[in-house]
Amino acid sequence: MKHLKIDNLHVSIGDREILRGLSLDLPTGQVHAIMGPNGSGKSTLAKVIAGHPDYTVTSGDILFDGESILAMEPDARARKGIFLAFQYPSEIPGVTIANFLRAALQARLPDGEELEATEYYAKLYEKMDLLEMPRTFTSRAVNEGFSGGEKKRCEILQMAMLRPTFALLDETDSGLDIDALKIVSHGVNSLRGPETGMLVITHYQRLLNYIVPDYVHVMVNGRIVESGTKELALKLEAEGYDWATEPEAEAVGA
Amino acid sequence: MEGALVEGQWPEWFVASRQRGWTDFQQLPAPVPKDEKWRFSNVKALDLDTFRYPVAVADAAALVGRSTGLGESAARFVFGNNRLLAATAPAAELLKAGLVVMSLEEAASQHTDLVEKHFMAQEVKLGSAKYAALHRSGPVNGVFVRVPENLEVAQPIEIFHWVEGENSAVFPHTLVVCERHSKATVVDCFRSSDDEPAFACGVNDLVVEEGAKLNYVAVQQWSLATTAFHLNSTTVGRDAACLGMQVNLGGKFVRGESYSRMVAEGARSDMLSVNIAGGEQMIDQRTFQDHAKPRATSDLLYQNALTGKGRTVFSGVIRVEPGAHKTDAYQKVRNIVLSDDAEANSMPGLEIEADDVRCTHGATTSQVDDRELFYLLARGIHPEAAQQLLVMGFFNTVLDRLPDARLRGPLEGLVAARLRAALRA
Ligand SMILES: Nc1ncnc2c1ncn2[C@@H]1O[C@H](COP(=O)(O)OP(=O)(O)OP(=O)(O)O)[C@@H](O)[C@H]1O
Ligand SMILES: [Mg+2]
Repeated sequence: MKHLKIDNLHVSIGDREILRGLSLDLPTGQVHAIMGPNGSGKSTLAKVIAGHPDYTVTSGDILFDGESILAMEPDARARKGIFLAFQYPSEIPGVTIANFLRAALQARLPDGEELEATEYYAKLYEKMDLLEMPRTFTSRAVNEGFSGGEKKRCEILQMAMLRPTFALLDETDSGLDIDALKIVSHGVNSLRGPETGMLVITHYQRLLNYIVPDYVHVMVNGRIVESGTKELALKLEAEGYDWATEPEAEAVGA
Repeated sequence: MEGALVEGQWPEWFVASRQRGWTDFQQLPAPVPKDEKWRFSNVKALDLDTFRYPVAVADAAALVGRSTGLGESAARFVFGNNRLLAATAPAAELLKAGLVVMSLEEAASQHTDLVEKHFMAQEVKLGSAKYAALHRSGPVNGVFVRVPENLEVAQPIEIFHWVEGENSAVFPHTLVVCERHSKATVVDCFRSSDDEPAFACGVNDLVVEEGAKLNYVAVQQWSLATTAFHLNSTTVGRDAACLGMQVNLGGKFVRGESYSRMVAEGARSDMLSVNIAGGEQMIDQRTFQDHAKPRATSDLLYQNALTGKGRTVFSGVIRVEPGAHKTDAYQKVRNIVLSDDAEANSMPGLEIEADDVRCTHGATTSQVDDRELFYLLARGIHPEAAQQLLVMGFFNTVLDRLPDARLRGPLEGLVAARLRAALRA
């Protein structure tokens, strides 16, 4: 079992602190969900784990199996086994999905070793079938002109091809219709297993009916304020976040 | 440069034209920096004193062996230092159908009417008349292609021009006449057999008659020490289409001039270009989309990637002549600047003398997009590979316009290889 451990993490952008002492332990074999109001810092957490250069870690640590990854470049973190399914995936003009994923897999091979093309395409088509994506997508530019739902499917396709140890899914359910939600959830569930840990960020309890989490965390104002089992999501659905709002946050205006 | 000592058998009219070229070259003034047509250029690069008409290449067979281009071809001609090294004629049935692919030297005698009519018939308007005259005066060699009415040539016709030896000067010429409703693809490959400084002064004349379709691709891979002129002139007839793609990967100073004239209704000209300027390279391109008649379309897309101290200049004019209403003309230049020391200059321009026309032009200069880069890094792609992938993506939007899919892969490979080297340097 491996652990992705977030230890009392403080993160700022400019002089604004967004994550304010956040701790979390995600072991492989488990799915953790994070819910929380808009602007509470969920995407920031995901991007900071992936190594986004805009954010500054002011204190605390991110440990991949006990080893700090704070000094690692984003590409090295990805090769180590971290995958971020973006809330807003970028469009990459002129770069086809096939070439893009080929480059991502090639980057994981030792120097001088070439990716085997037939095997690659066989695997790519298998995963596209799983996600019910038409073959024509392989020759389309990454995310360019994709619908919101297609972009999210494309993120999961990448995850399926890259087989990360820790996957961070940032609102992968938003923009999906109910059929697509089932397909994508099926894709995600097929990647669940003892070798993989997942952090699923969502606003909707509904997703958790399909991707059933082991734990649910509530994030408010850059901190985890409550953790529990999947029933916690039902409580949030019924009561909103008011009950979880921190006393200190309220005190700010006083 | 001195007057040429020319080998081979050339008809009298050609010899006379050559002499005229030499006189013109000597009389025409050299460009000066304040000349609008040379703005942002480097006229100092044009000191041609050191260049010489070269002796024959040392190992013709080796160069012929290295002349593998973009795939299978209908005919293949290889020149080295202005001399014909090898020729693979078209298949018998194409010859029987009337296809002519032969050296300019042979054609000057055998197809005098056509060659005399079209050889450098268009006035050189974009600033390099002096160098066009030099071309005319030099030991010109190259290929004459005539595609007869209604004939479609499926495979590309490939032409290689090699330059070899320090300060060698070469004068490649390609003359293509696509007669009514014919179809062909012609590929020019310009290469150096060594890293020496050289001088290339190339001209091509493309004539596309009514309803015909010509794709013309020039892949310029001269040594990074070479000074080169490439002057293109295209005439597009009624409902005819010419797609020209200039790919500049080599050269130290490269001056490209592309003039395309739409001489009848329904003509279409696609002017495309992919350029990599790295190290100390300068690629200076001037274009002219000349709409002489109504309802014609021209669509220009030039894209430049700059690294090191690379410099590019683009100056383009769309001209719509009086009466050429319902003109559709587009002009777009996009620069991606990958180093702080690189510099891209773009000067788009319009001269419109007709009503009811649609003309758009624009130029953009940007760097690699940070969000796109992070997206690739977040997938584990190394930073150098990510940059390569993004810039190739940028170029693919031009390469995608090539109608012949068979050319696409090998061409993309050449561009990618040069880009990789330019990014590493
Ligand atoms: N690059 C940035 N520049 C400036 N502010 C930022 C940046 N990234 C995040 N923030 C700010 O940090 C706060 C947290 O943003 P974040 O995107 O992490 O929230 P979130 O919990 O994912 O919200 P949502 O549910 O709407 O996706 C917000 O106030 C946001 O405006
Ligand atoms: Mg978010």
